[in-house]
Amino acid sequence: MTKQEWPLYEVFIRSKSGLSHRHAGSVHAADDEMALNNARDTYTRRTEGVSIWVVRSDQIVASDPAESSAFFEPAEDKVYRHPTFYDIPDEVENL
Amino acid sequence: MTDKNVLAAYATRLGDNALIIGQRMIELVAAGPELEEELANANFALDYIGQARMFFSYAGECEGAGRSEDDFAFLRPEHEYQNLLLVEQPNGHFGDAIVRQVLFDSWYLALLEVLTRCSDEGISDIAARACKEVRYHLRHSSQWLVRLGDGTDESHARVQQSLNDLWKFTGEMFVPDDLDDEMRSAFNGPHLEVLETQWRADVAAIVAEATLDLPDDQWMASGGKQGRHTEHFGFLLAEMQIMQRTFPGATW
Amino acid sequence: MYTQGLDQSGRGDSAKSGGESKEQLDAFQARIDAEEKIEAKDWMPEAYRRTLIRQISQHAHSEIIGMQPEGNWLTRAPSLKRKAILLAKIQDEAGHGLYLYGAAETLGVSRDQMVADLLSGKAKYSSIFNYPTLTWADIGAIGWLVDGAAIMNQIPLCRCSYGPYSRAMIRVCKEESFHQRQGFEIMLTLCRGTEEQKAMAQDALNRFWWPSLMMFGPNDSASKHSAQSMAWKIKRFSNDELRQKFIDVTVPQADFLGLTIPDDKLRQNEETGHYEHSEIDWQEFFEVISGNGPCNKERMAKRRKAHDDGAWVREAARAHAAKKADASAAA
Repeated sequence: MTKQEWPLYEVFIRSKSGLSHRHAGSVHAADDEMALNNARDTYTRRTEGVSIWVVRSDQIVASDPAESSAFFEPAEDKVYRHPTFYDIPDEVENL
Repeated sequence: MTDKNVLAAYATRLGDNALIIGQRMIELVAAGPELEEELANANFALDYIGQARMFFSYAGECEGAGRSEDDFAFLRPEHEYQNLLLVEQPNGHFGDAIVRQVLFDSWYLALLEVLTRCSDEGISDIAARACKEVRYHLRHSSQWLVRLGDGTDESHARVQQSLNDLWKFTGEMFVPDDLDDEMRSAFNGPHLEVLETQWRADVAAIVAEATLDLPDDQWMASGGKQGRHTEHFGFLLAEMQIMQRTFPGATW
Repeated sequence: MYTQGLDQSGRGDSAKSGGESKEQLDAFQARIDAEEKIEAKDWMPEAYRRTLIRQISQHAHSEIIGMQPEGNWLTRAPSLKRKAILLAKIQDEAGHGLYLYGAAETLGVSRDQMVADLLSGKAKYSSIFNYPTLTWADIGAIGWLVDGAAIMNQIPLCRCSYGPYSRAMIRVCKEESFHQRQGFEIMLTLCRGTEEQKAMAQDALNRFWWPSLMMFGPNDSASKHSAQSMAWKIKRFSNDELRQKFIDVTVPQADFLGLTIPDDKLRQNEETGHYEHSEIDWQEFFEVISGNGPCNKERMAKRRKAHDDGAWVREAARAHAAKKADASAAA
């Protein structure tokens, strides 16, 4: 039996119905159930949440910061995706 | 006893169980097996202390003699505490504490569930709040019992021993005394023999999942409800009461 | 502060470069200067990473060891209300330790490694937690002075350049807002109580005043890592600046309580408005930091015992998880 530490889980909390889950931090836990318990006992001590997600940190697929320019900058010049790009006369309503 | 006296005495007894198990859990602060478990332990101890405060305050209200929650907690002699012997047992190792929690919480939860339907609103309100807390505690401690029972040979052996050692303190949970009878007849309180059937089934299921054996029927210790405690209890009280005893009447 | 050990140990370590080019370093510094946050996977100089790991883990260790002096009074708290408040506070400290270990883990060091460094004595924690708590008033003094000093340091850390550390500190500061107030309230209750209680409060102030000032670390002239940490926006104010600020806000609070600060040279400079004080006993500070304080051995012994006693429990949980994983893979 190796004396390895318990795996790391990322914790996401929904603070109230209608909002999406948001990253709160991490906990260590030996199994999924324990991860949920630990997240509850660590991150909702002040009634911060109504729902918790936990996911093992090594299961998250993330974009590479070194490639962030190729990944994200092309979106910057597509201004036509934003409503303010369009010039509509003031007298036109409900648009 | 008048109805109000029954309620005062019964609420005090409930408060005693919550306070003493809470005090034992407090002794475990900064001694947990992992940091996350520190947070859990503190949450549970806070729940129990909160319950003790509510029960004692209500007892004082029913009694009508002006006693505060702190008077109940700190200024009674040992023989007036009516908590179960189980909750005053020293913490031992982590497995001992987990077994104590499972045995106590499975009884306490069943009791509280009945009390949420009792005919006294004061007790039923506190029981309803406590129920939610204790249900979560039991989830936590029974999951841990399964981990330890099923984990390694060492953990299995240790926790089986804990179960064997603490089993003798479970008998008195189901032996009604006059107060239990009065609470039942006047306020539709718990029927302890019925509770025992449910408790046995609940505990047997957890113990089986933990791959452990239920201890054989055996001699059962008793005396908590009568205020006759184990030797450990005097030390617990001496430590807990020292400030109120040393500085009578001071405000903190 | 909680990371005052940084100012002593491992000198020069963080100055070692990781073979980065000047262009990389300049680009990094430009991001910092533009107040951009650095995130876990972003490129960063090796020395920045190492400094942060040391600072954040020392901060975490301080939270964990800091549970002990206060925990010492949990079973004896004088009322149920005080018992609950103190327990909630100590639990917060465990939580803060956890958030901070989590922030350090994003830099590629495991919690196991950090804990091992603490237990072996390699990693430091704040000197303040090596002083004993002898009376209930010490619990008040810790909340008022020690948490007060900690807040001075932690609020600027909310703006630290490293994102995960800054986010952890925001959470810590939010939760800690009640800690100092509850301490002051304990002191106030004692000072308005019996003569015996007031004497207890004065005694606690006498014992905790100087160690609280030492929490800010050595004088700026003797502090090795400040300049680089300031440039990297890990640190935003110098030790002496923060210490002065603490003294200036605390002296009037002591006056309000009717307590006397144990420093006969303490006086307010009318021109600057700041309080001037006697020299701090740095010899005592260095002794405590290097392991010779009144409670260093007890604190470490308790932490080691908890860790050792928990070994079979942690192992059992892993073994059970592995069995369950095998069973579900086979199904």
